[in-house]
Amino acid sequence: MDWLGPDEWRAVALSLQVSFWATLFSLPLGILVAYALARWSFPGKQLLNGLVHLPLILPPVVTGYLLLLTFGRRGVVGQVLDQWFGLVLAFRWTGAALAAAIMAFPLMVRAIRLSIEAVDPKLEQAGATLGASPLWVFLTITLPMALPGIIAGAILAFAKAMGEFGATITFVSNIPGQTRTIPSAIYAFLQAPGGEGPAMKLVLISVGVAMAALLMSEYVGRRVAARVGGR
Amino acid sequence: MLEVSLRHRFEGFALDVHFRAPPGVTVLFGRSGSGKTSIVNAVAGLLMPDTGRIAAGDWLLLDTERGLRLAPHRRRLGYVFQEGRLFAHLTVRQNLAYGGWFAPKGAQREDFGRVVEMLGIGPLLERRPGALSGGEKQRVAIGRALLSAPRLILADEPLAALDEDRKAEILPYFERLRDTVNIPILYVSHSASEVARLATTVIAIEAGRVVAQGPAQQVLGDPAVLPVGAREAGAVLKARIARHHNDGLTELDAMGVSLFLPRLPQPPGSEVRVRIAAHDVILSRARPEGLSALNILPGVVVEVRQGEGPGALVSLDTVAGRVLARVTQRSALALGLAPGVGVHAVVKSVSVAPSDIGGGRPGGG
Repeated sequence: MDWLGPDEWRAVALSLQVSFWATLFSLPLGILVAYALARWSFPGKQLLNGLVHLPLILPPVVTGYLLLLTFGRRGVVGQVLDQWFGLVLAFRWTGAALAAAIMAFPLMVRAIRLSIEAVDPKLEQAGATLGASPLWVFLTITLPMALPGIIAGAILAFAKAMGEFGATITFVSNIPGQTRTIPSAIYAFLQAPGGEGPAMKLVLISVGVAMAALLMSEYVGRRVAARVGGR
Repeated sequence: MLEVSLRHRFEGFALDVHFRAPPGVTVLFGRSGSGKTSIVNAVAGLLMPDTGRIAAGDWLLLDTERGLRLAPHRRRLGYVFQEGRLFAHLTVRQNLAYGGWFAPKGAQREDFGRVVEMLGIGPLLERRPGALSGGEKQRVAIGRALLSAPRLILADEPLAALDEDRKAEILPYFERLRDTVNIPILYVSHSASEVARLATTVIAIEAGRVVAQGPAQQVLGDPAVLPVGAREAGAVLKARIARHHNDGLTELDAMGVSLFLPRLPQPPGSEVRVRIAAHDVILSRARPEGLSALNILPGVVVEVRQGEGPGALVSLDTVAGRVLARVTQRSALALGLAPGVGVHAVVKSVSVAPSDIGGGRPGGG
């Protein structure tokens, strides 16, 4: 497509890449945390719940700065990752993916938790009486029945990751081709004279992606719900 | 042989039961809230009691003294729940197969095709539970429990959520299960007619305790066992179909006494169980003459039990077996009813409801 310049293209591609990996890697953890919050009672449950939701309430800049403190080169975790695995997150696209994943995590967990809570524990009991161990009950009953919520949560998280700005720019800055996602690119274009044109195109793309994600999550959710509902 | 011994404290309620269940259908009988479901859940492992011991034959499920509490999925039981609890995201075929996926390789299993045929669910196999009627769901639930290669089948009021027609549809399947499948069944019910039809053994439960246990005829004919209140009281008689008459009546032979009922479908010679509700029996000191009722059983009063309110429950020994009659205390006094007094029990033929008539076990009961 000609109407997008190479810089804009790179921002769109990077955003898709960052959001995809952010969603993929946080999904298993999101399901686990959602299940724990929905079904288990354990000490520190409220603390976990609060921790998961923190990025939703904190200013994104604060989240980004905390990430930098923790995962930066000098950060506690960042040092270990760098020295032991040669993995650097700060100022890399992987860091952008981490920031996006953490910012999107509360939305993902909320959607999945609701759908797991909607699975009747009596059905899980029935599975147990039929010989299924707790893991098999989870895999064959809970997970498939919670699928609409899991898909909705994943799509919602993807859309949120596409739009993440504050934490990302604080943690990994705004490096073209490396960490300049769509929102960062829009911000950069608007800082320079004559950037309104390309910025508007990216704005349109943002709106398009967000709408598509919402419609898709609605559609898939309804399809799966119909299947699970047995109609 | 199932042996159950349980103690558990709930808030404001204590369960303390001990009973043994021989092969066949053992019915836990009692009004709702008496603790029946808790007992079944403890056997299934869904409720872990404070203390207790549960053994199915030589298979120990629970022994708190030895610290043994088998998880539900290791107990190998088929549980038919009141609400079916089918898996909505699976087809009927997958629901039926579910238990089989987890049963041990060498376990003795029922044949899939035979169970499907017995329950008449062949046409439903590719459907999902959402598209089934209540009765169909319950048939699938029975099949699912049966096909998990269980050592024991549990059923918690499996008919309670169904209307009368559906009940009449499902009950025969449990009878067939009892008569053709060699798996003991523990069945919870508060319906006297279900008990009369199905039970080999009755365990009467009241307020978390066993108040009576024994063979069905013996326990149901015992006026002390009225956990569901006098309205439901009734006796069970075994009888044989003598002949069908042209006027639409069937004549039964109950140990030499003739009983007349609206036409039954079974051929002459078949054995049936007949339930006679206590409130359908009228007592008379003299042999009644000029009465429209056809069924008159001479007998001797065994016990007169005064209930709450103006009623009394009289149990009599007749040639056909133990019969219960509900009369007012005033009548009991007027007739001079006391143990040893001879009376005639008048049963209106139409008062024996068809849903209370079931095929007897061949050579059993």
